[in-house]
Amino acid sequence: MKLLFEKSAVGRGSTILPECDVPEYIFSSELSRQKAVPLPELSENDVSRHYSELERRAYGVNNGFYPLGSCTMKYNPKINEKTAALSGFTDVHPLQPESTVRGALEVLSTAEKLLCEITGMDAMTLQPAAGAHGEFTGMLLIKKYHELRGEGKKRTKVIVPDSAHGTNPATAVMGGMTVVSIPSGEDGCVDLEMLRAAVGEDTAGLMLTNPNTLGIFDKNILEITKIVHEAGGLAYYDGANLNAIMGVVRPGDMGFDCVHLNLHKTFSTPHGGGGPGGGAVGCKAFLSPYLPEPQISPFSGQGPVNEDCPQSVGKVKAFYGNFLVIVRALTYILTLGREGIPDAAKHAVLSANYLKKRLSEKYTMAFGGTCMHEFVMTLERESKERGVSAMDIAKSLLDRGIHPPTMYFPLIVHEALMAEPTETESKETLDEAADLFLAVYDEAMADPEKAHLRPLSAAIRRPDEVEAARNPRLRWKPAEL
Amino acid sequence: MNTPKNLKYSKTHEWVDVIDESNVKIGLTDFAQKKLGKLVFVNLPIVGDELEAGQAFGDVESVKAVSDVISPVDGTVTEVNEELLDSPGMINDNPYEAWLVKARVGAAVNGLMSAEDYGEFCAKEE
Amino acid sequence: MGHYLSITEEQRKEMLEAIGLDSLDGMYAGAPSDLVLKRELDLPSGRSELGVLREMEALASKNRVFPTVFRGAGAYRHYIPAVVSSVSAKETFLTSYTPYQSEISQGILQAIFEYQTMICQLTGMDVSNASVYDGATAAAEALTMCRDRKRAKALVSSCANPEVIKVMRTYCWAANAEMLLIPEKDGLTDKEALRAMLDGSVACVYIAQPNFYGLIEDAPTIGQIAHENGARFIMGVNPIAAALLKTPGECGADIAVGEGQPLGMPLSFGGPYLGFMASTGAMMRKLPGRIVGETSDSEGNRAFVLTLQAREQHIRREKASSNICSNEALCALTAAVYMAVMGPGGIRSAAQQCASKAHYMAKLISDIPGFGLRFSGEFFHEFVTECPVDTGKLMATLEENGILGGLPLPDGGILWCTTEMNTKDEIDALVRLVREGKRV
Repeated sequence: MKLLFEKSAVGRGSTILPECDVPEYIFSSELSRQKAVPLPELSENDVSRHYSELERRAYGVNNGFYPLGSCTMKYNPKINEKTAALSGFTDVHPLQPESTVRGALEVLSTAEKLLCEITGMDAMTLQPAAGAHGEFTGMLLIKKYHELRGEGKKRTKVIVPDSAHGTNPATAVMGGMTVVSIPSGEDGCVDLEMLRAAVGEDTAGLMLTNPNTLGIFDKNILEITKIVHEAGGLAYYDGANLNAIMGVVRPGDMGFDCVHLNLHKTFSTPHGGGGPGGGAVGCKAFLSPYLPEPQISPFSGQGPVNEDCPQSVGKVKAFYGNFLVIVRALTYILTLGREGIPDAAKHAVLSANYLKKRLSEKYTMAFGGTCMHEFVMTLERESKERGVSAMDIAKSLLDRGIHPPTMYFPLIVHEALMAEPTETESKETLDEAADLFLAVYDEAMADPEKAHLRPLSAAIRRPDEVEAARNPRLRWKPAEL
Repeated sequence: MNTPKNLKYSKTHEWVDVIDESNVKIGLTDFAQKKLGKLVFVNLPIVGDELEAGQAFGDVESVKAVSDVISPVDGTVTEVNEELLDSPGMINDNPYEAWLVKARVGAAVNGLMSAEDYGEFCAKEE
Repeated sequence: MGHYLSITEEQRKEMLEAIGLDSLDGMYAGAPSDLVLKRELDLPSGRSELGVLREMEALASKNRVFPTVFRGAGAYRHYIPAVVSSVSAKETFLTSYTPYQSEISQGILQAIFEYQTMICQLTGMDVSNASVYDGATAAAEALTMCRDRKRAKALVSSCANPEVIKVMRTYCWAANAEMLLIPEKDGLTDKEALRAMLDGSVACVYIAQPNFYGLIEDAPTIGQIAHENGARFIMGVNPIAAALLKTPGECGADIAVGEGQPLGMPLSFGGPYLGFMASTGAMMRKLPGRIVGETSDSEGNRAFVLTLQAREQHIRREKASSNICSNEALCALTAAVYMAVMGPGGIRSAAQQCASKAHYMAKLISDIPGFGLRFSGEFFHEFVTECPVDTGKLMATLEENGILGGLPLPDGGILWCTTEMNTKDEIDALVRLVREGKRV
């Protein structure tokens, strides 16, 4: 398929803007760019068709089953798109006087309030634009807390289990901390002895997700947060897996001091091919003065927008956050309500356990027992015995029209495939998917060579990623450049 | 597996060529390059950087992973193999020719394995 | 309650039976029973679709949409071509995940590759990433790119957008890195002060083009000063202005960043927006976030993939320079469609009209006694005037007439902005209102 630039022809274009109705102002040549921006020249028809063709070469949760572990690819309700497109939301400037944006501020404070209740927190900020951004913000709250107690230089270590998502250690380092990685126990959960050995006077905090990245609920969670607190550290909850427990168990009750949420996972806002997302961050009352400014939270107690936040960590993004994403999330929370939120979580866990049961017929599970909203399979044995890897299974699934599970994560399981069906799939879909997974397994084990070549029916075959990294070509260039 | 006899080896799969009593060349072994897969980039130190035995002094990247390169010696970097910045694959093709750094060492190099011992060590690791 | 479940009661029973449990609650037996909520959440009861629509419409109606806008300061009201809205609403683009499975994601990957190319064309730089959260975080990440063991201090122009400065400060504090503001002189970055601040500890110099006051900085000279002292030069640039003014590439910038919202995103009360980051080839591996590269597949066909992933958090973990995972992909796609349909002529026209209308308006307003231009420097589409009356009262008068006036500044001045959306009649009406201070 051609690139836009390869469809360009001199003289093509559209008539989007009218003529200028005031005298033209010309900048001196000293201030001006030498040549016009060398964008492609295209008709609107060219552009429209181009993106329709690109759309055909993509796959979204609107197209089919998408059991990507750790991503919570649940159905993106269309009503969210409708509310996010309301002119009263899309056409207001972030620097309008407060009296003219009371609706927007109410969206923010209502979302904050409801999310506080779901998470068991006392205050929230909606400023972060993604989960990792939220993690960063949470890390800053912890950093500020220790700094104001005169222990900022002492408490510089953040404990992270080896099963953690890569954003956790990266976040700690962005916050000027160093990472202490503790190995998980045989059962995939936090090894309490290792944790006790790791905490001390230099502990800033612990970053943890529960259920963990193996889909297991760590039953020692209260002891874990207690150990951290006794050492003088704070406990941070990575909310990426909240879909398993929302409305059933609350991070605040587990002893966590601050949390981040992924609005684009748990709260149904669409992934957009990689963003925009929303990374709400909640905290207990004692951390709330440090939240990014300005604060809308009712806790701030000073009218709708409080810009007088002397202890705030500052700002992590301009203005208020990804507002239209928040509108979508709020629409979803109001739709589900007090009954629907826990109901969604329970059905997410049910779907995962059912799919796990069906796949157990052939696939080896990394851990037995009841899982939460996701589970991990391992192809380690198949890889050693027949040369069939997690990659081969994943690529074979592409040929069957399903998006594969997450590959090679968490790192502590070899040849891992992590599946998260979510609550919005029908039993028929789960059964059909399970049949396909089992068929793919048999086929790959019978003919590993063919499996290595898959996918065979997608837009391209397996790309040469080594070449892409050794000799990066990151933009199109015209012939003469 | 290739294990030249004239070199010394570390437990973290680096080789050391003792050029003379004050200078060494350091690279990655055949075992290492096989494990790492096709390398796409190397992050090397700069001339003058201090090397500490047991500490990472750079890293190598494959498509899906990054691995630290651990210094087998205490010393100072005197030369860096710039060719590897453009052609990291040389480490895969010729691990014992594609040296990463040359270093000046103060004391004699010890605590490393002979080719034979390294061969046994690797066999156990498999 | 509202819900999006497909599983029927009958199927729920079958599924529970298959996994050997009696009830849904049984699945949480692994959690300490004290933690499992025994009460309902204190949330409102769920709504039907029509019910929630009404509720959200009621909230939206509490916001005032001004027919005429003369305010910028980091968020700009530009015309969004119809095809841009239609493409960014395409459901597959909207509902797909990050394109890690490249074979079925060629559409998204190609769209982002095209976006990266256009950002390079706009800024005159060599490489671009696939986006970061917004212009402010892009600026903050650029500072991180320049920091190394020897040089860690950042010098940031005090004439940059205050929101951007705040975010940069927060990120520098997070990393225990020093950031100093370069003083202002006549609304522009003070070059002499900058010279005095440079030494062997300075990693980078950041200026905004145009700056917060709308003024055009002497970027080439500032870049030269930075480089003479071994520091890197980062330019924050308005993407519409980049269609007319000297590009960061032409000014010698090492890194160009900016807020991409003007490229087809509505004001949206501040988000989602788009942070673009582009650099010289030499700094390519320091760019944070995802990058799409071109390669071929096993049959020699052109193929796009996420590449240079070993920079990123999911591989480097604590050695990654940034933790960024999700970015603003759909906004980047939106920006690409905007640039595709506007083309070189269209984006030039938009920039031309922004600047022309601003100069037209500036002349007329500054002729009103007391509303003189504060600064004498050349400006793009924003400018600061003094204000002899209470800015609150003036703004209220304008608002009564459906106009969102320029941004009142803390010291009593007003920062006005015009875009191609402001007609001559609107500008004339504004000037009349300001002059007469009462309803026309």
